[in-house]
Amino acid sequence: MFEQMPRGSRRRFLATAAAAAGVAAVGLPRVAIAAPPRLKIGLMLPFSGTYAIHGETVADAIKLRVAELGGKLGGAEVEFVRVDDESSPPKAKDNAAKLIVKEGVDVLIGTIHSGVAEAMVQVAREEGTLTLVPNAGSNRITRALCAPNIFRTSFSNWQANQPGGPMVLDAGHRNVVLMSWNYAAGKEMMEGFRESFTAGGGTVVKEFMPDFPKDEFQPYLTEIAALKPDAVYAFYSGGGALKFIKDYAAAGLQGKIPLYGPGFLTDGVLNAAGPAAEGITTVLHYASTLDNPINKKFRADFEKTSGREVDVFAVQAYDAASLLAQGLAAVEGDIKARKALFAAMEKAEIDSPRGKFRFSRAHNPIQDFYLRRVENGEEKVLGIAAKAVEDPATGCKA
Amino acid sequence: MDVGAYYLIQILNGVQYGFLLFLVASGLTLVFGIMGIVNLAHGAFYMIGAYLAFWLDAVTGNFFLALALGVPISVLLGLVVERIGFTHLYRRDHLYQVLFTFGLILVLGEVRSILWGNDVHGVDVPPLLSGSITLTDTQVYPVYRLFVSLACVVMAVALGGVIRYTRLGMMIRASASNREMVQVLGLDVNRLFMVVFGLGVGLAAFAGMIASPVNSLHPSMGDEILIVSFVVVVIGGVGSIVGAFWAAMLIGLADTFGAVFLPEAAGVVVYALMAMVLVWRPRGLFAG
Amino acid sequence: MSHRSPLLPLLFALVCIGIALYPLVGDAFYVRLAAKIVVLGILAMSLDLLVGFAGLVSMGHAAFSGAAAYVVAALINKAGVTDLPTLLAASLATAGVTALAIGWISVRTSGIYLIMITLALGQMVFFFFHDVSFWGGADGVNLDAKPVLAIAGIELIDLSDRTVFYYVALACLVGTFVLLSVVLQSPFGQVLRGVRINEGRTRALGHDVQRYKLAAFVLAGLIAGLAGFLEVARSGFVSPAHLGWHESATVLIVVILGGMGTLVGPVIGAFALVFLEDWAAELTDHWKLIVGLFVIAVVLFLPNGLVGPLARSGGREGLGKALARLWNAPARLFGRTPAKRRDDLPQESAGDA
Repeated sequence: MFEQMPRGSRRRFLATAAAAAGVAAVGLPRVAIAAPPRLKIGLMLPFSGTYAIHGETVADAIKLRVAELGGKLGGAEVEFVRVDDESSPPKAKDNAAKLIVKEGVDVLIGTIHSGVAEAMVQVAREEGTLTLVPNAGSNRITRALCAPNIFRTSFSNWQANQPGGPMVLDAGHRNVVLMSWNYAAGKEMMEGFRESFTAGGGTVVKEFMPDFPKDEFQPYLTEIAALKPDAVYAFYSGGGALKFIKDYAAAGLQGKIPLYGPGFLTDGVLNAAGPAAEGITTVLHYASTLDNPINKKFRADFEKTSGREVDVFAVQAYDAASLLAQGLAAVEGDIKARKALFAAMEKAEIDSPRGKFRFSRAHNPIQDFYLRRVENGEEKVLGIAAKAVEDPATGCKA
Repeated sequence: MDVGAYYLIQILNGVQYGFLLFLVASGLTLVFGIMGIVNLAHGAFYMIGAYLAFWLDAVTGNFFLALALGVPISVLLGLVVERIGFTHLYRRDHLYQVLFTFGLILVLGEVRSILWGNDVHGVDVPPLLSGSITLTDTQVYPVYRLFVSLACVVMAVALGGVIRYTRLGMMIRASASNREMVQVLGLDVNRLFMVVFGLGVGLAAFAGMIASPVNSLHPSMGDEILIVSFVVVVIGGVGSIVGAFWAAMLIGLADTFGAVFLPEAAGVVVYALMAMVLVWRPRGLFAG
Repeated sequence: MSHRSPLLPLLFALVCIGIALYPLVGDAFYVRLAAKIVVLGILAMSLDLLVGFAGLVSMGHAAFSGAAAYVVAALINKAGVTDLPTLLAASLATAGVTALAIGWISVRTSGIYLIMITLALGQMVFFFFHDVSFWGGADGVNLDAKPVLAIAGIELIDLSDRTVFYYVALACLVGTFVLLSVVLQSPFGQVLRGVRINEGRTRALGHDVQRYKLAAFVLAGLIAGLAGFLEVARSGFVSPAHLGWHESATVLIVVILGGMGTLVGPVIGAFALVFLEDWAAELTDHWKLIVGLFVIAVVLFLPNGLVGPLARSGGREGLGKALARLWNAPARLFGRTPAKRRDDLPQESAGDA
């Protein structure tokens, strides 16, 4: 029964690793290895279910960056293996193990869903595989779960909402209603906002947290219309965000009670939302309309290769590939030179479509947040809401 | 006035959600009551309906035309599924039928993904109904939501009429109370099942279509409505259309008012209600 | 055993040895996968007690194992308990009590009502762990440590070691198998099967049918609790999705796929489904289409599961029958006749509304 099962590539991987080590041991210089180094990148992303579209975007953006670099990172030929994580936490550890243990990937990139990402990072910590997180914002990933081999090119939930407080206060609003989903990301995001908002003298009138991913918002909106707060600060994303924006407008609140939020609220749903999104003000570490040459090129190239519009997911993934490229360039594609590789990645400065950024000691981006408002169906950048925001990395011992 | 408007709108919110739940749950309970099938794929047909509305609306440029085309297409799909799959399973244990419908969820979900991708979509409210009624300076009720309620009432009345006054309805009523008797009387049960399943799918798809302008379209939308509809069916009494109606209203209102008065426990309210009903009447409120 | 062919027992013995020795030679990933199969097999076996033997189709089975896993996670992370016996006892108790509560409400109904009510109640348990923030919320929780069996400071069993875990899980599988074989041959098991075949007649014989059903629920719940304990110890992670109806439906598929009403069926089903998913996911992003079509095909063409054709193919003394005899060997040790196969049981008529 079990004997007939196909052999995983771990073995091959171990064999080549041993061979490489042997070669190194007899003192030959690295260039003496005949074949060019190969790099196996595992993509653990949702390709089915609610977040499937983000999974495809991330995969496309990474491939775009690798293609720009001639299909090589630090001279190493790149090969991709993908696993559909289905955004399913129960399968997360097995899926991570499939890539790390069975496929023997050199680098793991994933994922969108925070719960899946946390479980994935646990496996990566145990196995020591270099792991890049291109989205999941769970604070813990660059706090308690931080590790030398774990990098994140996106944001922490706290970080993405901390600039939200001053944004709302500066607009002259003191009484605010919060709305999000009752799950870890929603709670962390609201917490990040509440912290800076109340510290600046604001008051949270009420907080509505329906269960994820429930999207019947009508009763809450009626309640908000009765409460008449100065503003509403909300976090939703994807389908929930679209629904929320449309309902908010249909309930007659658009233009009467201003709507704020982290940029995920409007990112990727502007087209579908149409006029309902007009006037929503958000903060985010990216805006597709950012006026810099890298962004313009990236925007055009991504739209050409993938057929979709760029969004923040695409940028984060693109930057993950850039980060990897910088690290590998420093060690000439030798993924085994872990210490030097990690050190180079830690020090890397990424010239991103979102602007230049570096990493904190917990490997989370230290980045600017832009103030954006939807005008005429476009995300208009009003300026920088907060410069060089850094997650405190509380509890990171690595 | 403000307080009055507030309660009026919250009650409208609850009733409208209840009506929508009723449309979905009535198909579920009908298919169950007549055919003895627990149709887990009912939510998948709701999802297919919504995506059809999105697609046909974009193609034809007219939402009502999309409705008129989408309902027959989904009913046809339902009939194909019934002919290919269920006909072979009627004499088998419920277990097989349940698992067949679970397999259908996976298949329909992937078919949706292949045809329409995994993007989140929205359907525009038809211009005719895009206005809203202003009650106070902030309290406004969208006309389209009234239309949804109205359409559901029309469907409910039509359904009631069919069941009460037509020959098909007579067969449905007879079959619900005594299936063997209908067979003994020589009525064509096969055709009855086909019609009922088509009707069930039609109701689910119609609900998905009509709700699409007030919903976002996303891959897991079918699963979400399915579970709430199950709660409605269980509370109302499995197989009872009248029960489904009252249970849907109960859940619609409980969910709406639970959401604003007990925001911390909003998710549990509906299930706590269900547990209480089940302890009191294990077969639901209106079980035959 | 088989007096016709000495080959079969030999084959069987080889398979057993293969399974037992696998971690010593096998690839790390497949040892992991094998452990997953073993745990899923235990869970499916416990569900088969309800579905295949007692005729109680439960669509909320994951609630039992999931609740147990959550209690283990809370004890480890919040109370710092890592003592294996304590954790095991707690998970069995949790699953048992959950099964008692759900069973108490559910067994008053039957057939298709039971499916719906167990589904709804299972979702209620799901929302309990999902909504109450004490349990860690929608994204789930990771274990800070793994269960350890230590006596006088000496570690005897450390479940964080993959090989150790594999053998412990395998021992649990065998233990469950023997336990259920014995139970099913006992008078209790005979009544339970009687309920499945003809509830009215069993009641007429003077048995309190409800109580038997409830007892079956609790026993199945206890074993599911064991599976939940093993699952959380294996993966070090639990989330509300572990309790959801998709999980419950998947376990049901495992039971049907292998062949319900047999004890070996669920294990074969677990084996087949885990490998199908592993294989299909490598082919295409639309792998769920393959799994879905496969489920439909099994339902339509293999009502008796994979064990079915095995049992029929070999004629008078086919491979399947021989295997079945072998698998029933433990029961024979206790001097009773082997379990009756599902093929011999009358099919239920459609619906009981």
